[in-house]
Amino acid sequence: MALLSIQDLHVYLGESHVLQGISFDVAEGGVTALLGRNGVGKTTTLRALMGLVDRRGTIRLAGDAIEHVPTHKIVRRGVGYVPEDRDVFSTLTVEENLRLAERDTEPRYDLVHELFPELRERGKQPAGTLSGGQQQMLAIGRALLNDNRVLLVDEPTKGLSPLLVTEVARVLQRVSELTTVLLVEQNLGVVNRVARDAVVLDTGRVVHIGPAKELLADKPMIHRMLGVG
Amino acid sequence: MKRFAIPAAIVVALAFVPRLSVDLPYVFQGGLNTPGTLELLALCLLFGGLALSYDLLFGFTGLLSFGHALYFAVGVYIAAIAMTRWHWDFWVSVAFTALVGFLLAIVLGAVSLRVAGIAFAMVTLAFAQAGSILALKNPYNWTGGEEGFGVDYHQLPTWTVGILNTKHLYWIALAYAALVFAVVRWAINSSPGHVWQAIRENELRVQVLGLRPYTYKLMSYVLASVLATIGGIVYLLLLGGANTDVTTASFTLTLLLMVVIGGTGSRWGAMIGGILYTFANHRLGDLSSSHAVSSLPSVIRTPLQQPLFILGVLFILVVFFVPGGLTRIGQVGARLDRILRRPAVQEEVT
Amino acid sequence: MSTFLLLTITGLGLGAMYFLIASGLSLIYGLMGVLNFAHGIFITVAGYTLWFVESKLGDVPVLPRFLIAALAGLVVGTVFAALTELVLIRPLYGRHIEQVLVTVGLALAVTALVTAIWGSDARVVAAPGWTGQTTTIFGAHIPNDRWIEIATAVIVLFALEAFLRRTRYGLIVRAGVENRAMVTALGIDVRKSFTLVFAIGGLAAGIAGVLYTLYSTTVDPQQGTSLVIFAFIVVVIGGLGSIRGTAWAAIIVGLVQQYANYYASSGLGDLSVVLLLGIVLIARPRGLSGSFA
Repeated sequence: MALLSIQDLHVYLGESHVLQGISFDVAEGGVTALLGRNGVGKTTTLRALMGLVDRRGTIRLAGDAIEHVPTHKIVRRGVGYVPEDRDVFSTLTVEENLRLAERDTEPRYDLVHELFPELRERGKQPAGTLSGGQQQMLAIGRALLNDNRVLLVDEPTKGLSPLLVTEVARVLQRVSELTTVLLVEQNLGVVNRVARDAVVLDTGRVVHIGPAKELLADKPMIHRMLGVG
Repeated sequence: MKRFAIPAAIVVALAFVPRLSVDLPYVFQGGLNTPGTLELLALCLLFGGLALSYDLLFGFTGLLSFGHALYFAVGVYIAAIAMTRWHWDFWVSVAFTALVGFLLAIVLGAVSLRVAGIAFAMVTLAFAQAGSILALKNPYNWTGGEEGFGVDYHQLPTWTVGILNTKHLYWIALAYAALVFAVVRWAINSSPGHVWQAIRENELRVQVLGLRPYTYKLMSYVLASVLATIGGIVYLLLLGGANTDVTTASFTLTLLLMVVIGGTGSRWGAMIGGILYTFANHRLGDLSSSHAVSSLPSVIRTPLQQPLFILGVLFILVVFFVPGGLTRIGQVGARLDRILRRPAVQEEVT
Repeated sequence: MSTFLLLTITGLGLGAMYFLIASGLSLIYGLMGVLNFAHGIFITVAGYTLWFVESKLGDVPVLPRFLIAALAGLVVGTVFAALTELVLIRPLYGRHIEQVLVTVGLALAVTALVTAIWGSDARVVAAPGWTGQTTTIFGAHIPNDRWIEIATAVIVLFALEAFLRRTRYGLIVRAGVENRAMVTALGIDVRKSFTLVFAIGGLAAGIAGVLYTLYSTTVDPQQGTSLVIFAFIVVVIGGLGSIRGTAWAAIIVGLVQQYANYYASSGLGDLSVVLLLGIVLIARPRGLSGSFA
């Protein structure tokens, strides 16, 4: 049984029919990449899974239907979210940002500090004064604090320097050993490095599902579906 | 032209009301052509027009203003002061008042519209509050302070004065409502009108098209305010005097109630809301002093003596259970939602 | 000099009350996006409860009578605010404009109800004698209630800051003011914080209501509404969602009002506050603290 199962998901944003009946599964363990050009609905898909937008369709987490469950309860079932713009609380300190995310009886500070030593050093610093890369680390660290069953990660390398991109890829690889990840990513190098499966969207629909490496090796298909290469 | 057929027919039909000696028990205290009923109908029509002028700003352009009543008060007070304190001729006073309303709207609008959303709402509230304070302060003994003052009826045209002439006042109020309706309808179908509605939806997109939202918002603001000022003059005729009731924050808020009960952003909604609200406000007042109510136990009787209590509760119930007003607030509400969340400074598109 | 001192202390006393009212408004708007027009009602309800309880305790000496009545006023104000949120605001979650409208309706309805029951005339409140007397400092005769108002506001300010910075709910509120959606995305049910924030607002407003009876020695149905308009102005000047900004703005507004009323002419103080709002908004639309929800 797949960890996450999505069937016929529809989302309307205003008048726009952004997701037009998406269906795919996310298998347990490893990274499933969600790919597609800009504006096809990748971020909306993650937000729909989180319950942050109105949605119609069926979403199952480990067999339980969550399409009518409010966001905070979905999260409490073991879903971590790393949004596209990181959304760290800039007026709170790094430490407070992490503390806010605490859910479990034993939050995994050791893990977070091991992966992101800088976060421990900058604990008292307001998160708004961190660099883009540091904020990204905080956003990921916050999602790792709890033993989540799945992490929804949205474009973690956006706007980062090549060095930091590699760093994030390394972190993602480590994370994928601990939990399932659904990763939205434009950087195909990162995808190639960490992803096992790939799901491709185009204007609100699924156009391809298959092993990531196979897809990435098929240059014409990449060009057609993602407009790159 | 066909679009005007139905509204025109309604206006004509309503014009005949003073000729009808029909009795509607409970709805009105006297027959349709009695001065008491005509006065109430005139008030209803006046506030229908005023509510619609407010909706031009709120429902069509998406500007939440808490200061619309200020212009209405300007209409009442300036006209009254010109005639009574300065002994000006009626028509000169009317023209002067309209001019004052126009100029004030340009100045205050220019300043207030520099911000948007909540800040704009607060600035308009503040300006209205300033007006209220000014009226209470009674500078040069013009405004009459807390009690207000009666207008010098020698300055008024004779056909507006006296109980037998109530039907003339009714026709004036009807003309005002018709005027507001026609102007608003014409305005929203004109090209600036389309821009207003575009601004309500998405101001950024309007900027991208190369238009300056500020100028259009100001146009809408001035037009709505002038219509309100004219309404104030009509109110002065109906009331025969000026008092601070029209300057209070409560009064401003009741405009909001009227517009919402009727339904914003539609041609008829606000007008109907204004008519119904005014009617209910007065009839509930009558009801509370009637025999039937005075024999009720005081627990029930006491709250009923304040129409605003019943209306406030009714309003809450409407908001909960009939959120469309009489038209459709559901979708307008979602759009207007963005007004309250709009940042104070519009991001300039470079 | 002594006049100046009197004006300053009075201005600070007034500013203290504005702060108490505005802090609740600011948190409520900052966290929930609700323009709470019913906030003035919390003041009115607390004030009238105080007067009512006092009148029922006729034979008790003034000081305990006032204190018991004040406590009753605070409790009623807080509970009323919490109930308002639970019954009227929470069911309309996500529908901002309906939430604002409902507070408008409530404000009008309750004011009308109070007027209906007790009339529109002001009622006199019995306050401990000491508060009506004056203390002389540098030649200025300062009414003693001002000290209580200022001291209370300072205590409440520290208490609020402590709440926000040291408790988990305070953390949630601070984060929620910045980004409510993300707080829910961390698994936190913000709705409990909503009720809490309303209750805190109700408590602070209730304190203001009680203090105002010392300041004016009376209660009347309109006082809540008139105070709340100035509180709104303070909130906008100070920056929505910021307690410190609100505190500064309250001090400035209170002082400007007093100085202008005296040094310019009576009534001009209120107008200058309006002018101040206009200037601040045009120069710095985000308010003094630079924050804006």
